[in-house]
Amino acid sequence: MITPSLVLFYLAGALTLGGALGVVMSRNIVYAAIGLIVALLGVAGVFLLAFAEFLALVQILIYGGAIVIVVVFALMLTRLDEFRQAAEHKQWPLAALAAAAFFGVLAAGVARTAVATTDRTEVGFLALGEQLFTDWAVPFEVVSLVLLVALIGAVVMVRRTGERG
Amino acid sequence: MITLTHFQILSAALFAVGMYGVLARRSAVIILISIELMLNAVTINLIGFATFGDFAAAHKTLGQVLVVFIITIAAAELALAMAIILRLYRNRGSANVDEVNIMKW
Repeated sequence: MITPSLVLFYLAGALTLGGALGVVMSRNIVYAAIGLIVALLGVAGVFLLAFAEFLALVQILIYGGAIVIVVVFALMLTRLDEFRQAAEHKQWPLAALAAAAFFGVLAAGVARTAVATTDRTEVGFLALGEQLFTDWAVPFEVVSLVLLVALIGAVVMVRRTGERG
Repeated sequence: MITLTHFQILSAALFAVGMYGVLARRSAVIILISIELMLNAVTINLIGFATFGDFAAAHKTLGQVLVVFIITIAAAELALAMAIILRLYRNRGSANVDEVNIMKW
């Protein structure tokens, strides 16, 4: 049965997969970054259709904002116009075969496995926040520490040698 | 009507596309972006199960909690990996993975 939400899901899915294909196929590296933005926005749309509004917002803010900007900076700083020549390895047909086979295995697994499902149910801001800050409070703090350490590590690593102190 | 299967198939397709990117492209930056796509595929799967799975309410919330952690770890991983790629580019003059073979015997 075709419902509006299903149409929207197909739209978001097409956006996601189209952007992803743009990332892996494009010759021009800037188009790949744009494809990444499109794919991430598509994923945010899928989140919205699953009633995960908070995660859709996080997806747009963190992925669409921060991560894409980091990627674009890396593209600028590594002067990727040299990449024009050959963007793929020689063994790209094998890679395509492996990816297609992997998708086949996953799809067959999905088709053959029956999972008990319900209708779409909303989890909600309140329940998410409550669980995140009660049951998962310690992992949450640890993960913020991991993020801090990773960012400091990144800054230390890109400094030129001899600049320390 | 949207079902769990839709989410699973979309997730599998996105993961396969990301896998192709990791296996076939030479640019380290593109490989990193493809890894982000694969992480997004995993989050779609988790959200799908959180929304449609027939679990207790606390376990449904858990799916979204895990996605929060995945996004955070992905940001940390990306920042570090980009730093490594910049370093690599400065030292070797290239960010193509097949030209970085100093550890290859």
